[in-house]
Amino acid sequence: MYDYTDFDAAFVRERVAQFSAQVARRIDGSLTEEEFRPLRLMNGLYLQLHAYMLRIAVPYGTLNPRQMRQLAMIAETWDRGYGHFTTRQNIQFNWPKLPDVPKILSALADVGMHSIQTSGNTIRNVTADHFAGAAADEIEDPRPVAELLRQWSTDHPEFQFLPRKFKIAVTGSPNDRAVTRAHDIGLRMIRNDRGEPGFEVIVGGGLGRTPMIGPVIRDFLPKADLLPYCEAIVATYNMLGRRDNKFKARIKITVFENGLDKFRALVEERFQALRPQFGGADQALLAEIERAFAPPDYVQKPLAPYHAALTDPVFRAWADTNLSPHKNPDYAVVSISLKAHGETPGNASAAQMRLMADLAETYGHSELRVSHEQNIILPHVHRADLPALHAALKPAGLATANIGLISDIIACPGMDYCTLATARAIPVAQEIAQRFDALKLEHEIGPMKIKISGCINACGHHHVGHIGILGLDRAGVENYQITLGGDGTEDAVLGDKTGPGFAYDEVTDAVERIVRAYLEMRHDPSETFLATYRRLGPAPFKSALYQEADANAA
Amino acid sequence: MSRKFTPKVVTANALLEGDVVYLTADNRWSRVHSEAELIEDEAIAELRLLDASARDSEVVGPYLAEARPGPNGPEPVHFREAFRARGPSNYPHGKQETQNV
Ligand code: SF4
Repeated sequence: MYDYTDFDAAFVRERVAQFSAQVARRIDGSLTEEEFRPLRLMNGLYLQLHAYMLRIAVPYGTLNPRQMRQLAMIAETWDRGYGHFTTRQNIQFNWPKLPDVPKILSALADVGMHSIQTSGNTIRNVTADHFAGAAADEIEDPRPVAELLRQWSTDHPEFQFLPRKFKIAVTGSPNDRAVTRAHDIGLRMIRNDRGEPGFEVIVGGGLGRTPMIGPVIRDFLPKADLLPYCEAIVATYNMLGRRDNKFKARIKITVFENGLDKFRALVEERFQALRPQFGGADQALLAEIERAFAPPDYVQKPLAPYHAALTDPVFRAWADTNLSPHKNPDYAVVSISLKAHGETPGNASAAQMRLMADLAETYGHSELRVSHEQNIILPHVHRADLPALHAALKPAGLATANIGLISDIIACPGMDYCTLATARAIPVAQEIAQRFDALKLEHEIGPMKIKISGCINACGHHHVGHIGILGLDRAGVENYQITLGGDGTEDAVLGDKTGPGFAYDEVTDAVERIVRAYLEMRHDPSETFLATYRRLGPAPFKSALYQEADANAA
Repeated sequence: MSRKFTPKVVTANALLEGDVVYLTADNRWSRVHSEAELIEDEAIAELRLLDASARDSEVVGPYLAEARPGPNGPEPVHFREAFRARGPSNYPHGKQETQNV
């Protein structure tokens, strides 16, 4: 795994020292909130509804066991014994006290972690495919490129005051698990006609108030040109992006208002000027980073324990949903569900974090990942070890066999924590998961992505949920708008709005009506919800959603 | 066009813990909504908010939130304020741990 350089470590320590002094000055009254607020935000410290919240970057979602244990220690020592993994592959603590925050940041620095650039109009944590370095369909591990982007963007003097925040996602596989089309820059690795790896570059995607699927600005960018090209995009945006209106400041609006062709022409022009300046230093650095991301030393052992365990229906169900193909056929990528029915999506207790750290060490070549779908991944587990792993996860409530199913719901913190929220999201997710668990329908329904946001900022990615749920405040009452048919993969589409929203206590019934309509209308169990929706269009789903109420009244 | 003024409380978050607090009639910051001063007059509300804003070393982000009289003191009107007065719904954390809310 990649270790921060001495330069990085010194930089992080210096920031902790600075911020500790700033916190002390805020507490003793020498700094006003107006002065302090931008400083705390630069260090990932927000004030939410009930308490402060500290957001910690997990670059490209990669953690080692030592870091995971430190997060557990922080959760127990200074927070409420748990952490919340977010859709940006970060972790948030919901209850830190202001005087403790410097101690937390210092404990994070001990394991090479920090909260820098988790806020503000800068380039934020670069996200990557959570199966990076392991997935069978991968061309190359995207994390070296993500790390290169992280180093380039961290404290980049030109890009500390962009018109608005800026998010980059990268996937090393043509099958997009990183929602690249909903990012300011999306990088999807593909091969050109000559078989060389490079990137399809997407620009100006984003969800939120004005959701847009990002258009392709470059069909194929050679890997070596990545940094100058990204710099050209960000520089063009920095020049052209609107600073007069916060709601029009994201690059998606810049691209939309100027037109892709004009934007592309400016980027290409800038790129031609920048390219010679990089002079290969970035490629030397990339080569060095790539060595640090070398694959683990795979072991060879008989698969008999795995095959034997498949006769156990509980293990089998878990294997069917929570394992994904690994490059090494003797291995599997394991998704540990943080979505036990009725629990808060993305939350892990300190004890669970420690167990996952231990299991990563014992069975997973000491690697852990955070997925944007708010689960934890053990990317490299030998199949022979899967039965033991499963048995260890089970008593800790970590063996739920529901990855990719209806209860594997993404939900943002919503109005249980977030100051920007217009409605709650977490209890909606909890109730839907419990309903379908009680109905024992979830395996029959098959692949289904429900995504819930507590306001139009769309941190819960509701626009790209197969069923998307957006919580709003309608005249002082929580109201939930449902969208259907969204998709966050390489074929990304935004979901269609169905119509009038539903009250808080009507949402689960509404979802059940949609799901039952799907079960009736699908050709056969192999036709997924999304495929059925694409075949039939929204009409029959809408009528199931709205007309049943009339039918009951009649 | 003048809109009828509805009663308000002054609320903010405590500087050190971030916990929700309410300004009382005797100028304390209470953690309990029902102990807040219910302000029925717009001009007074503005003044009380100014007082609160001057106490920058105790609280963060004071504002006026709508409230109504109840049997035990002021009650929140909007659901957001009701959640602030109680705590999150997924765990019994926040105020609901120590108060019967
Ligand atoms: S979508 Fe809205 S409510 Fe949810 S976390 Fe983002 S800003 Fe907060």
